[in-house]
Formats: sequence, C-alpha cells, structure tokens
Amino acid sequence: MKLIEFILQNRTQVVDLTLEHLWLVGWSTLFAMLIGIPLGMWIAHRPRWNKPVLGSANIIQTIPSLALFGFLLPVPWLGERSDRLAILALTLYALLPIVRNTYTGIRGVDPAVVEAGRGMGLTESQLLFHVELPLATSVILSGVRVAVVISVGLATIAAAIGAGGLGEFIFRGLAMVDNRVILAGAIPAAILALLADFGVGWLERRLRPR
Amino acid sequence: MQIEFGTSESELPRSVRSPVCLANMPLDAAGPAIEFRDVSYRVGDVQVLVGLNLQVVRGETLVLLGRSGSGKTTTLKLINRLILPTTGEILVNGQSNANVDLTRLRRGIGYVIQEVGLFPHFTVARNIGLVPRIEGWASDRIRARVQALLQLVGLPAEVAERYPHQLSGGQRQRVGVARALAADPQILLMDEPFGALDPVTRDDLQREFLMLQRRLNKTVVFVTHDLREALRLGSRIALMEAGKLVAALTPQEFVKSSDPWAAAYVRAFGDGLQSAANRGPS
Repeated sequence: MKLIEFILQNRTQVVDLTLEHLWLVGWSTLFAMLIGIPLGMWIAHRPRWNKPVLGSANIIQTIPSLALFGFLLPVPWLGERSDRLAILALTLYALLPIVRNTYTGIRGVDPAVVEAGRGMGLTESQLLFHVELPLATSVILSGVRVAVVISVGLATIAAAIGAGGLGEFIFRGLAMVDNRVILAGAIPAAILALLADFGVGWLERRLRPR
Repeated sequence: MQIEFGTSESELPRSVRSPVCLANMPLDAAGPAIEFRDVSYRVGDVQVLVGLNLQVVRGETLVLLGRSGSGKTTTLKLINRLILPTTGEILVNGQSNANVDLTRLRRGIGYVIQEVGLFPHFTVARNIGLVPRIEGWASDRIRARVQALLQLVGLPAEVAERYPHQLSGGQRQRVGVARALAADPQILLMDEPFGALDPVTRDDLQREFLMLQRRLNKTVVFVTHDLREALRLGSRIALMEAGKLVAALTPQEFVKSSDPWAAAYVRAFGDGLQSAANRGPS
C-alpha cells in the first residue's frame, strides 16, 4: 500500500519521467529502423557484407551499456545534451535485432517466388518493394519488437548520465535504499515494455502474409 | 475434369491483348525465335553446357529432354538471361539478348516454373495483373485482361479474389500460366511446369496446353525429364546429356531413332511410346 501511495503522491513526476522514457525509446527505435531496415535489405542482396555488418552489430551489443554511455560522454556535440547521447546509444543497441531480422526475413522469401518475379521482368527494386519487403514484414517487425523491449530496459540506465527517464527513480531509490522509489521507476518501465511488446506483436500478426 | 475454353487470345478485344510494346525487340518473322550460338556455361570447374548450337523455330514447342544435371534448365535460363553464358551468345528475335534491355527482354518472354512461385501475399488477380499494373495500365483494362486469362486457362472468374494458398496444385499452375501470358509474350519458357502434379491433373493440363498452344501459337521451350510428356507436347525434342545437345528430333523420329541416348530413353520408358508420339489432344 505504501508503494501505491508513494506513486500517487508523485504521479506528476512518474508521468513526466515515463514520457521522457518514451521519448528516448521512441526516437532511438525510429532511428534504428531507419538505419537497420535499409542496412538489412542491403546485406540480404550482398552476401559478402552480411558477416561484417552483422558481426559489428553483434559487437556493439556486447559493450556494457554503462560503459558505452561513458565512452560517448566526451564526444563534443553529443556530450552537450545527455538525451542525444542516450538516444544514440540506444539506437546502436537496437540495430542488431532489426538488421538481423530484416536480413533473415528477406533471405527467407521462397526462392521460387523471387525467381518467378525476376523472370517476369520485375526490376530489382520492384522485386524488393512488391515482393520481398511485404513478405518479410512480419519477421522485420518481430525484430523491432525485440529492439523496443531491449530499449525500454536499457533506457533506465540513461539516467546515470542525466538523460532522465524512469531510471531516475531507480537510481534515486538505490541511493536512498528505498524500494518504493526503485519500484516507482521499475514498475512503469515494465508496463511500458509489456505494452510495446503487445502492440508491435499485434501489428506483426496483422501484417503477416497468408 | 473437362474444361471448356472461352475466348482465344486473338478474339480478345485489342485493348486487352498486347500490353508490352515490343519496340526494342523487332520481330524478325523469317528467322528463328531463339538461337544459341556456341554457348557454353561453366560454374567453377563444372562445365554445365558445352558448345550448344540450337535454333527454336517461331511457333514450335521445343522440348528440352534430359536427365537431372544434363543442362536443360540452364539452357532455359540462358534465354531470359537469368544466367549469363560463359562463352557464345543467345539471339532472341534475331538480336543478342545481351544487348536488349533486361526488363523488356523478360517481359517479352513468359516464364513458368515447377514451383509456380505465385506471390503468396497477392490475390490471383493481383498475381496475374502485376506486370500490367507496373506497365501502368488502367485498372478496368487489367481487370478485363485478368478475367480473359482466367477463362483462357480454364479457371472460374471467382478464383480471381482468392489467395494462392487457397488453390489446389493444378489451379496454382494454371494461374502460373495465366500470369506468364499476362504481358502477351511471343515466347514462353516452361521449366517442368507439370512435374509436381498428380498424374490425372497433369494429364488435364497437358491436354489443355496443347489446345492452348493451337490457339496462341507461341514459341515454347519446355523442359522435362518425362519422355511421354515430351512426345505428347513437343513438335521437336532436343535431347541433352551431360551438358551437350545429343539430338534434336521430331517425336516420330525420336521413337525410331538409332541414337544410343535416345534409344536408351525409349527403352527406359518401355512400350506404347509409338502411340504417344501422336501430336494433338487425346
């Protein structure tokens, strides 16, 4: 009961920090899609590049998040505004699932369908936009879904560099050794992750080819 | 299943008939539709095709017959440039196909494969109408064309709104043929189109193919390993073995041939082939 009281008393702040959190996750996911989907399409058609690109994305994924935030802090333009920095870091983390699923989705299109399309005289870009992308959409979205869920979790760490978000409560609670404060950040973050998972999952099912 | 054919291609309204402007591919009516000149194709150390010389006459059904790995599918794909020859050239309508715009070349050549390769996220109507749509036809004209083609391949009009997974194997292959005919190509390439069908459906489709071919008079190159199919559908049979063209014979010549490879084929398929070599719907 004390927890609910605490959250209610601080509801404006909970809402503000949730919005900040969404801001970080939203922009970083958008950027990761804008970079990751074309990159995935590109390596799907250039087999030579798939290992280097997926390998690099994999390596980024293994950098501890706190360390990555720290590395980026001295970078001039980024260091001025910590939310820029947080968005960049979250974008980098979101890349791997999106690139990998775009690649897998496009490579997974039935080769007979691609050959028939090519044989009919579709150009490579017509093939991509009329056939390969629509057929890969649900696989790409399941990558986006993983990326969003990871970002919601990782964005809590952005508070360590002052980028805001629900991590503020978590770090404050840790410093104060007060579980209520920690949970006031952790519970909304968990709810956000579940909602995002559900929402993108719904979209993914809607767009699945028959 | 007895299928009644409706309109033949030449009876269709003009607006529905010829979607692709063949400006880049002048029809040299006298010469062969397709000609292979000293064509070889090699992948790494494997010589898939060796010194192929072959002419496909306008309006004939040339069957490429051979075992798996004999190079027949490779030969077919060289025509619409899905693969490029290592040496030699392929002339389509008298012009080297390496010099023609790739998209134009392929839209002037229908292509049907065993796996059909229908777009699973499109309805039958969109599958058939895709190339006309990309070519910028008005939607009424596409609709009319789709209906005419469905009728031509013996499918009821209501199939148009279904998705490929809702069709039987035979229906899917009919849609595949209709789609290949959408741009009214003069040449049709068929790679074991009936190979995956049950014998009864295959028999239906072979019979319909013959009727269709009588009306449309396309130049057809047809790949199969089934001698019976080759004898039934082909006006000529090009027998291939280990990347070489062994012989090109009419069905009647083929069954009597003394060529060892042809004779081996005839032996493998047993008796009763003489009667199979009669051309026409049975």
